[in-house]
Amino acid sequence: MAKKPKVWVVPVLRVVAFFATVAAAIVMALNKQTKTMVVATIGSTPIKATLTAKFQHTPAFVFFVIANAIAGVHNLFALAVEFFRKKFNFKGLRLLIIVPILDMMIVALVSAGVSSAAFMGELGRNGNSHARWNKICDKFDTFCDHGSGAIIASLVGLLLLMIINVISILNLRKLNPIDRSVVP
Amino acid sequence: MAMAKCIPTFALRLMALGATISATIVMVTSHDSATVLNLKFDAKYTNSPSFKYFVIINAIASGYGLITLFLPSKSSLWRLVLVLDLVILSLLDSTISAALAIGYVGKKGNTHAGWLPICGQVPKFCDRVTGALISGFIAAIIYFLLLLYSLHNVINLLNAKA
Repeated sequence: MAKKPKVWVVPVLRVVAFFATVAAAIVMALNKQTKTMVVATIGSTPIKATLTAKFQHTPAFVFFVIANAIAGVHNLFALAVEFFRKKFNFKGLRLLIIVPILDMMIVALVSAGVSSAAFMGELGRNGNSHARWNKICDKFDTFCDHGSGAIIASLVGLLLLMIINVISILNLRKLNPIDRSVVP
Repeated sequence: MAMAKCIPTFALRLMALGATISATIVMVTSHDSATVLNLKFDAKYTNSPSFKYFVIINAIASGYGLITLFLPSKSSLWRLVLVLDLVILSLLDSTISAALAIGYVGKKGNTHAGWLPICGQVPKFCDRVTGALISGFIAAIIYFLLLLYSLHNVINLLNAKA
């Protein structure tokens, strides 16, 4: 049987990953900045326009919010399985196997969300001179800063999810060894 | 462990290798130029960092696929292959997502940020990038199936005691 301290590694990591992904989703979902800028000057009167930068304008950020929300719900579900394992002991459900497999899918989902948001943020920060796309971060700096914070939080959550996944699989190895003496 | 080298896994690894190699090559050879209002408009994959990332990660995945094709079936490295499969899967997934996000901006533009779509001017580049993305997507799906196979090599998925 595992030593007592080692049983708490995975739940603690999962709690931290849950907070990281939920924080990333919330910070990006509340990411909005309104700015009144001078767009053109006719004669001597400047024309002002009020422009808003919201996260819904970019499909990459929408995907980021959705992926992190799903990851947060999954972490909650896995924490519930961890603590209430005795009550969920149905024969056909095999929860100990399903949780690592779901973990792998959530790792793939969150990594996709993080990287698409990161590259869209990089495009907003540096622009793309070849395609004549101007950068927007010099005007909407708070929007960009909050976005970067959300991406960093999600990256931390992703790293923790990967570590949790590997530890869960290694723990399962002791329970379900492959019978190597039998050739299939 | 003899399951590791049985025909389905080997065929899947071969297909994944083919998909990643073709994604890399199609993206590297995508090139188009257009002249719009006396400005020469050159579209290459190096213009965007996400496309460069796509090429690099697919090249790494091709090398990894080549190495695991020739791994002997009874070695104990298959547990390392499980971890590396997860890492490569999440990397491939992230590159496809990033390239798709930038490609979407290129195809449809983003009116709120004032970014115009460029696919109308450089259609050949857009088509090749789309082909490379489809190939990369297939590679990611195959790597996910391979991950389940590698997991089955380490723990017995079919007859599991929960």
